Amino acid sequence: MNYAVKVHDIKKNFKKSGKIIKALKGVSFEIERGEIYGLLGPNGSGKSTLIRLMSTLLYPDCGKIEIFDHDVLKEEKIVKRMINRVSVEASFFMKLSAIENLRYACGIYGFPFGKSKERILRMLEQVGIPKSRFNDPLENFSRGMQQKVAISRAFLTSPILMLLDEPTTGLDPKAKREVQSMVKDVVREHDATILLTTHDMEEAEKLCDRISIIHHGKIVAEGIPVKLKEEYSAKTLEDVFLEVIGVKIEEADENE
Amino acid sequence: MSEGNALKEFYAGLAVMIRNFDLVKRYWKWEVVFFAYTIANTVTMGFVGKSMGGGNRTILYMIIGATMWSYLSVLFEVLAETVAWERWEGTIEYTFMSPMKRITHLVGTCSFAIVYGMLRTFLMFIIVAPLFGINLASMNMLATLVVLIVASISFTGFGMMGAVLPLISPEKGVQVVHIFQAFILMVSGVYYSVSVMPKWMETLSYFSPATYALEAMRETVLNGEGVGAIMDKLVPMALMGVILLPLGLLIFKWGEIFSKRRGFLKRNG
Ligand SMILES: Nc1ncnc2c1ncn2[C@@H]1O[C@H](COP(=O)(O)OP(=O)(O)O)[C@@H](O)[C@H]1O
Ligand SMILES: [Mg+2]
Repeated sequence: MNYAVKVHDIKKNFKKSGKIIKALKGVSFEIERGEIYGLLGPNGSGKSTLIRLMSTLLYPDCGKIEIFDHDVLKEEKIVKRMINRVSVEASFFMKLSAIENLRYACGIYGFPFGKSKERILRMLEQVGIPKSRFNDPLENFSRGMQQKVAISRAFLTSPILMLLDEPTTGLDPKAKREVQSMVKDVVREHDATILLTTHDMEEAEKLCDRISIIHHGKIVAEGIPVKLKEEYSAKTLEDVFLEVIGVKIEEADENE
Repeated sequence: MSEGNALKEFYAGLAVMIRNFDLVKRYWKWEVVFFAYTIANTVTMGFVGKSMGGGNRTILYMIIGATMWSYLSVLFEVLAETVAWERWEGTIEYTFMSPMKRITHLVGTCSFAIVYGMLRTFLMFIIVAPLFGINLASMNMLATLVVLIVASISFTGFGMMGAVLPLISPEKGVQVVHIFQAFILMVSGVYYSVSVMPKWMETLSYFSPATYALEAMRETVLNGEGVGAIMDKLVPMALMGVILLPLGLLIFKWGEIFSKRRGFLKRNG
């Protein structure tokens, strides 16, 4: 099969002030090429941990992740070239400008500034950053604008797998809608596979071809949104969540 | 490594270097404060030298100490704090996610530190020298430059080993780096000959590349000695560089694996 991602029985524990936190307790799933796959779960359910394991920033205790048939652990460098990521936190050098940040971000992927400059400017324009702000420190940008720059950064390296870790959390409704439609546009244009984590059910329904629900480090339901709703005879994904977990998603937050 | 990949690594290293200069530019107020502090410290040491009598020679002895120490400190701090800095900015995961090799990352950081440190030191010397009417007539330029280069290589290895501390201990790493730095300052004879220390401390000084750097520097600047005459300092220093650089890289890589197991790369703990 043509899988972009294969996650097989991944487990990950953390030690925090003497206590053991079981962040992932045996997670398996697959994402097909070209899919927008949604990972839904409350805060602390293990979404970001999974994303970090895929981005080579964490090593699993056991299990295996393959990205386009390359083992994340054994073929780290190949995998790194195929992926990029947008996280909840903007994660920029806040005193540097959008251009300075993106020049660095492209540079460490091996693109000389001479070559990437045009693309950077075009990308920033495309995501709707006014030209007059290109050289402003990012600390003066709104959260929404920072997140747009983060999306630019991620797509500038032309990843074939994009990891979007709650890209719209904390944005105001307008910025949220903009970022969501941007994700759709950019996907169409770049022909990438997307893994999107969120705890926004509406967003998942709007964007994702297929979703899974993660709770306490375990996947508890998976399927196409329409089918899932049928299966649980629910009107919305929120109701599906309520059926599966027994509480509303807002009330299911785990110790953060 | 293919030519294309080598070129990619080159651009990546360059990007690290440029980004560091961008940060210097954008944090210029901090730079001014830091620079003023270094100048004040160097001038103070110059006057300590003057008050001891002995004229130009004693003053220079102290100023060489202050200048070299500020240079080596910059090398050490830039490297040792690179991880801590990026964790604080929140960019660390993006830097570590990139396909750039770790050696490229660190060499890029070293290159920045050397260029930045040299510029800073040169500028400082230009400001401080007239204040004491310093006379450099006896200095051997070439030999002094050789000392600087060899010392830089040696010290960046030290810096890399320091850099691993914030990697494996997000909370205490930076403090330990500073303790380590203070300790090197104490045993390396920055403002005095290491022979004045108790025997056991003097023995420790032989393990610090700074000791050799300072002794060699004083020979070339004060006595005009050439490269041949300071071989006994250059060789141990170069040897330490040859050992410390790959060792530093190895330890750093080990630290990276450790922190990826424990989940320490993340911003907070
Ligand atoms: N680096 C880490 N060190 C210690 N604990 C962590 C780390 N990362 C995540 N955790 C813990 O693992 C659990 C899952 O976290 P996370 O994957 O961030 O959840 P989510 O992204 O779904 O909100 C939480 O209990 C969190 O506190
Ligand atoms: Mg998260």
